[in-house]
Formats: sequence, C-alpha cells, structure tokens
Amino acid sequence: MFPTPIDKTSRSWQLTYQALLPIALVLWLLPLLAVAVFSIKPDADFTTGNYWGLPTSFELLENYGKVFFASDMPRYMLNSVLITVPTMVGCVVLSSMTGFALGIYKFKSNLWIFFMFVAGNFVPFQILMVPVRDITLDMGLYNTIPGLVLFHIAFQTGFCTLFMRNFIRALPFDLIEVARVEGVAEWRIFWYVVLPLMKPALAAMAVLIFTFIWNDFFWAIVLTQGAESQPVTAGITSFNAQYRAAYHLMSAGSIVAALPPVAMFFLMQKHFIAGLTLGAVK
Amino acid sequence: MSLSTETPTQSSWYKRNEIAVTPWLFLIPGVAFFLLYVIYPIFSSVSVSFYDWDGLGEATWVGLGNYEELYWDDAFYVSLRNNLIWLVLYLLAIPAGLLIALFLNQKVTGIRLYKALFFFPFVISQVVVGLVFTWFYDPSFGLLNQFLGLFGIDPVNVLGDERYVTYGIIAAGLWPQTAYCMILYLTGLNAVDPEQIEAARLDGAKGWRMLWHIIVPQLKPATFIAFVVTIIGALRSFDLISIMTNGGPFGESRVLSFYMFEVALSEYGFRMGYGAAIAVVLFIIMLFFIAYFLYSMYQDDKGGR
Repeated sequence: MFPTPIDKTSRSWQLTYQALLPIALVLWLLPLLAVAVFSIKPDADFTTGNYWGLPTSFELLENYGKVFFASDMPRYMLNSVLITVPTMVGCVVLSSMTGFALGIYKFKSNLWIFFMFVAGNFVPFQILMVPVRDITLDMGLYNTIPGLVLFHIAFQTGFCTLFMRNFIRALPFDLIEVARVEGVAEWRIFWYVVLPLMKPALAAMAVLIFTFIWNDFFWAIVLTQGAESQPVTAGITSFNAQYRAAYHLMSAGSIVAALPPVAMFFLMQKHFIAGLTLGAVK
Repeated sequence: MSLSTETPTQSSWYKRNEIAVTPWLFLIPGVAFFLLYVIYPIFSSVSVSFYDWDGLGEATWVGLGNYEELYWDDAFYVSLRNNLIWLVLYLLAIPAGLLIALFLNQKVTGIRLYKALFFFPFVISQVVVGLVFTWFYDPSFGLLNQFLGLFGIDPVNVLGDERYVTYGIIAAGLWPQTAYCMILYLTGLNAVDPEQIEAARLDGAKGWRMLWHIIVPQLKPATFIAFVVTIIGALRSFDLISIMTNGGPFGESRVLSFYMFEVALSEYGFRMGYGAAIAVVLFIIMLFFIAYFLYSMYQDDKGGR
C-alpha cells in the first residue's frame, strides 16, 4: 500500500494526520459550508451586514419553508424528476441492447459502430445545438419535457453503450457458448443469461445518468423556457432573479436543488464510484 | 430449454441466420436514436455554418462568409485564448487529484466518509458550484476577501476584473474536477501491486522516487481516464461562465462554447449560421482529442477478445 500505512509510521505523524484530516476537509468544503450557514440566517443579518457573525436567529424552517411553499421551486424539482427518471429508463433499455450487440457478437462494422457511439459522446454540445433545437421545434416538442428527454436518451446512449459494452466483454464468454450449444435462442441469452449478470452495471449506470441529467443546464436552457417545463438547474436562475440579494433564500434554494444527486450518491455510493472509475484499473 | 426438435432444413431463415441478424435487431433502436440526435446534427451544423440564417426565415448561402467574419472578430480570439487557458489550467486537476488521493489513501476510522465528503463537489451541479463561488468571490462579503483582509490585502473583485475573471472561473471548475480525478486515483491506488511496492522498499525506494517510478506507472489507466474527462470538461465549460459572469466583464470570460450560444440564442440576436461556424471551430479542436482517445482505445482493444 502506498503511501505507507499510517499505523506503521511514527506516533507523532499519526496524530498530525488525524488532526489534518478534518482541517483539510473543512477547507475543501469551505465555499459550500458558507452557503449552508447563509441558508439558516435571517434576512435581517444581511441587511445589517452581519454576513459571517453568528446568526442572530435560527431560520432554517422559515427559509426552506419559503423555498418549498412560496416559490416555483417544487415545480422545477418535479420537472427535474420527470426529465431524469424517464431518461434513466430509456438509456438503460437502449444501451443494454446496444452493449449486448457490440459486446457479444463479432461482425465487420462492430468496432466502427462502437467508435461512433464513443466519439459522439465526446462531441461539444454546441455543434449539436442548432439542429437539435430545430428537430425539437419540428416535432412540436420545444419547451416540453418529452423534447428534453428524447434528446438526453439519445445523447447519453453514447456513454452508456461504451460502459455496457466494456462490462459485457469482461463477462465469461463460455456462458454464452454453453447456452448456444444448448440451443437457447439469442434473445433468450440476452434476457436470461446476460441481463442478470449486468445488474451491477445497470445500477451504476442508472445513478450516473441520474446525476448527469439532474445537473444538466445547457440543454435545459436551449430546449425549454418556463416554469412548466424547466428543470431545477435552469429554474434556480429565475428563482434567484425573484429573490435578488435575498442571500438566505438563494442559498436555501441552491441547497435544495443540489440535494437529490447528493442523496443518490450517498445511497448508492458503491455503484456510483464503480461506474465513474470503470476502466481506471486494468 | 433444449426441446427444439426442428431439423436444420425445416428451420426458418431467421433461425439459420440468428447469430448474424440478432446484433442488428439489438442495435437498431439505439443507433437510430443516436444518428438522429447526434450524428446528423453534426453534419447539419457544418452545412448551416455556410448560411446566414436567423433560425426562422429563409437561409441565404454565404459560403465561407461566416468564417471570414470570424477571422476578423476580436471576441472570437478572446474566446479562443480563454479556451486554451482553460485547457492548460484544467489539467492541474490531475496532479491535485492524485495528491488528495495519496493523502486519503489510508485505513483509519471514518476514512470512507472523508473520501465521500471530499468527492462531494463533483456530485453537485455546476450551476450550484457557480453560485457558491460567485458568493465566495464577492468583493463586499465573500469569504475570499474576508480571508485576504486578514493579511491587510484590499478586496479583489475577481469576477469583475478582466485580468482575473477567467482564472477565477477556472478555479471554481477545478474544484469538482479535482474531486473526480481524486476518486479515479483512489481506485487506481487500491489496485497497485503490493509486491512491487515491497520489492521497491527493500531496494530502498521511498517517497517521491517510489511515487514517480513505481506508483505512477501503475496508475496509467487512471491517468488516461482523468486526462480524457478533464480535456472534455475544459472544452465543455459553459455552465460556470453562464452562471458566474455571463461572459463578462466586457466579454473577457467568454469561451467558444459560450460565445457560440450568445451569438445563436441570446438577446444579441439569432445568428444561427455564425454560431454554427464557431461550433465547427470548437468541434475541430475537439476532433484532435477524440482521434487521440479513439486511437488509444483501439490500441487497448486489440489486446482483448
């Protein structure tokens, strides 16, 4: 193990290390902690210039209550859920199929199709912007949730196919050959042999897609406009315009907007990290 | 499952060609979607870049006109310069991530929680990161200036000063990006071969020499991914700029991706053709990296099944 395990080092370094850990963490998260402190302060503290002193009163319920009951925030959150969840499902369905096709079968154009997905996934969003906006307008889906969902599914399929294909290629191929010798139909091999083995990959992918889509801002402002369809990342800017200079509310709003992916991460940590670091180890 | 009693002569065309046909059946939906929403738009954008078009009316063919205008456009060069600054400085996330990973690669109580909390910035959206850092830099009450004040330094308006603004935004972007690189290296460090480390220790390798000669080479796959995601992240920078400065002051914090959006879809007018031309330039820059990534993956893949 590198660096040297802490319990094999001198007593003084052990103590220093134990003390350094929390200090480093606080420094690392300082900008975020500041916002958390802001979000529980009363309005008066900001008008009197008491930014960093102790809160004169503790207004957690008041501030977060306003975010939830006196603004469009709940609507934006709901939109985010309605965009994120169908995208997750769509990507999982499409890419487990493409991943299966590219991971199991040998055919001439296999690698080319795979590279198309990978390359497309790296493309800058701006080169897609004008045509995608047009396609969405033509389908009458501009400023609707399905318009955003369809594009997200298509684009994320690139990343997910890369992910699935590499995962499936690492499965023991014997299993498939045995099933073929047994005369099992190919689609049944997919359904009964490969899919059950893909469960960890499916979970990892689902949490990653959830986070990516929840946090998307660019496509939200390109393809949607108002509170009826905008997700929370885009909504937060109108929220902030509504509460200009009300730092306690803007902070509370930001924290609410950031919370779902954070909760997802802590609940599914193992899958999340397995997904993000796929390929980081040979 | 082996109940099929059909003899080969009786079986259908599908049965006989099952292994050749199945992959295509599985590919069709995904490929069709991807072609419509990703591949076709790339070509479509290239063609739009030869037109003068407001997005609604008739498009007029202007040939290379948009590119010629780009050549004389100062804002384009500012954006291009900032893109280069982003590319170079964003790479700092890789050594910074490695450093934090080395710091956290221990087995003490609670370390799992520490790792998770250090990773935190990557999970929250860039929009929130942007807001958080805007307040952090605020000249009147931001923590940064409170801190500088302790040393008697006058407040710096990072986001309002054209000299600092791009660096200020990049610093905000490095925060989540470093967290991502850290998690890649933590996973990589987990898989480092302990025998090699022991052998090197016996040979007297320690500290930096051990890190550079024994550890870093073994972390190569993690470094490759860190490099890929950091380059992509740098060239995709949009959210932070849009939230923190909206390209200002005086357009000094624009990058190509932001400038393109501004030209094509903001109050400055709907110049789709000109925007598409900017996007094509950005795409060409990205293409060099994409080609390199694919080449590396191809080299890797040849070793596989």
